[in-house]
Amino acid sequence: MRASLTRTAAAATAVLALLLTGCAGPDNGGDDGRIELTFQSLAWQKESVDANKQLVKEWNETHPDIHVSYVQGSWDTVHDQLLTSFEGDEAPDVIHDASDDLADFAYGGHLADLRGLLPARLTADIPRESWETTTFGDGVYGVPFLQEPRVLIANARILKESGVRIPTPRNPWSWAEFRQITGELTKEGRYGVAWPLKEPVSVTLNLGLSGGGKLFHRGADGKVTIRADEGDRVVPGVIHDQVNTDRSASRTALGMGGSDTLPGFFGGKYAMVPLGFSYRQQVVEQAPEGFEWMVLPAPAGSGGLAQGVSPQTLSVSAASPHKKAAAQFIDFLLRPPNMVRLAKGDWMLPTGTAALADPSLHTAENGWATGVAVAEELRPAPAQSVRGYPEWKDKVATPALQEYYSGAIGAEELRKRLVDDGNRVLARYQR
Amino acid sequence: MNPRTGGPARAAQYLVLLGYLVFLAFPFLWLISTAFKPARELGSLHPTWIPENPTLDNFRTAFDEQPLLQAAANSLLAAACAAFLAVLVATPMAYVMARHRSRLSTAATGWVVVSQAFPIVLMIIPLFLILKHLHLINTRWGLIMVYVVWALPFALWMLTGYVRAVPVELEEAASVDGAGRLRTLVSVTAPLLAPGIVATALFAFITAWNELFFALVLLKTPEKQTLPVVLTHFIGAEGAADLGPLAAAAFLATLPSLVIFAVIQRRITGGMTAGAVKS
Repeated sequence: MRASLTRTAAAATAVLALLLTGCAGPDNGGDDGRIELTFQSLAWQKESVDANKQLVKEWNETHPDIHVSYVQGSWDTVHDQLLTSFEGDEAPDVIHDASDDLADFAYGGHLADLRGLLPARLTADIPRESWETTTFGDGVYGVPFLQEPRVLIANARILKESGVRIPTPRNPWSWAEFRQITGELTKEGRYGVAWPLKEPVSVTLNLGLSGGGKLFHRGADGKVTIRADEGDRVVPGVIHDQVNTDRSASRTALGMGGSDTLPGFFGGKYAMVPLGFSYRQQVVEQAPEGFEWMVLPAPAGSGGLAQGVSPQTLSVSAASPHKKAAAQFIDFLLRPPNMVRLAKGDWMLPTGTAALADPSLHTAENGWATGVAVAEELRPAPAQSVRGYPEWKDKVATPALQEYYSGAIGAEELRKRLVDDGNRVLARYQR
Repeated sequence: MNPRTGGPARAAQYLVLLGYLVFLAFPFLWLISTAFKPARELGSLHPTWIPENPTLDNFRTAFDEQPLLQAAANSLLAAACAAFLAVLVATPMAYVMARHRSRLSTAATGWVVVSQAFPIVLMIIPLFLILKHLHLINTRWGLIMVYVVWALPFALWMLTGYVRAVPVELEEAASVDGAGRLRTLVSVTAPLLAPGIVATALFAFITAWNELFFALVLLKTPEKQTLPVVLTHFIGAEGAADLGPLAAAAFLATLPSLVIFAVIQRRITGGMTAGAVKS
């Protein structure tokens, strides 16, 4: 009886094996001699996906010898997906990502050094500050092509009725003036501002540049240490005081993501919301009929309108056998008119100076002109190339800033945690 | 009448049950509500349960923007094959483990339980390399194999319990009546195991239907991607989401599970409780 059972089990296993091996094998078509490239895009909004697909189509029509296949990726899972693809030597040839996600891949040897592969036109068109976001060690591992400053999206009617001065990129509010104005805009049932600080670290560090903050300091030996100077306290101090002293910023918004604040903004509960530039699309789509809104530059300090950004990037896999062709495709994708199409699709700003000069981006409609005016003040996000930053962010800075903004700890305790605890974390990565 | 099951007590029980059902159903009902709301209502400070201006635009956009039908077909294929193969493999194994107890089967059961504790990221890279070596990356069968292997330990564990619940005396009686081992298995044991097999297959199906990470990593070409992967395409950087179409697509993605549950719910209940009490 036992033998019979064994035979049955063996037969079932054999059937399974046959079924699987019979159906196995790559599903891809055969090699027809052309160079085949895969381009993994993270575009997700309809206009952006359409623009990317259209550009791929145009490339394929004009380059019969180099065929590009569009592959849809996802922002939510891109890091894990790429990590696995790299380890398995199956990464796409052309990779869309964000500059703050590239460090590990670049240092890990998974991305191609693009120096010598890109044409001079493209290299010269993108400002040095943007290239710094994709330069790790001596190599350049991505082409920064879209960037997103943080702006104030304001209820135009509330601001006009209150009579406050409307800031412009040439004459922005100072942080002190911003604090005073949010106080003036605060009324019964309405806050001057709502800070969506579910992820407080990048907002604090990036806007901190305008207050003269730097926090991360690289020494002559190349090692990075954290130091909190006067300028580093400006932006966190204003936010803390708005929430806890002036009560001009909504406390409940501190735990929200950007989209979560929009219903309250549309309902007149908040006069202003600091959001990424691309959130304008959600405002256009979701705002009630007749809702008047405007885009204002973020406040300025001793650092002017400077703020940190982590641009979207295009990289080439180090394992790609067709790096030159991949670079040619990137060059095509980022020609000024094409860069403008991609920027408009994502409601973001192009990094290229020629694309930024495109007249269609200098319109007041939906705040495009304000964004373009701010663009030249954008700098690399302060810590994106610092090894150990992710751990510092998650274990030290996020809880410390959340507690500080909610009023649970004071400025000295915040400094102690960010600096003392933070340096202990970074030291482990720099031995 | 038992006072504990009298009028007020029973009413309280039903009230608690109703509250629990509302609690459980809330996300799904909100999903349906969101799927039918126009963009402007999604941004309302005072959201309503019933959309004021219900629209099918979110469904149209979802279908326009992403290949939902193709993705649903891929998910269906992967989940159905995974469920079928997992049960096919697990049933005889479970029978052996339940009927022939030894140190080996005890150790195997222990290993099955322990294997559930491994995080997925721990095995994805070795798995990826193995599949690549077998030329199974970016193939539907590669994904199905992974789903079968992924579902197998738990399926085995479930089925072992169901087999143990079938009195061995029945098999012995069939044997005394002259039935061979195979006949006994097919005519006596299998029918009694049916609810358990259905419940196990359903578990494997739902696991594969909802799975995201393996599909994301193993499938590259858009026409092979499964529904959970395609749903992530409605989510942008920093958690921003195209909420209306995402809700519409997610609502459609939940329908097959609901339909299957509705159809075979009674059998599942029988299957779930079959091994619960020792006779």
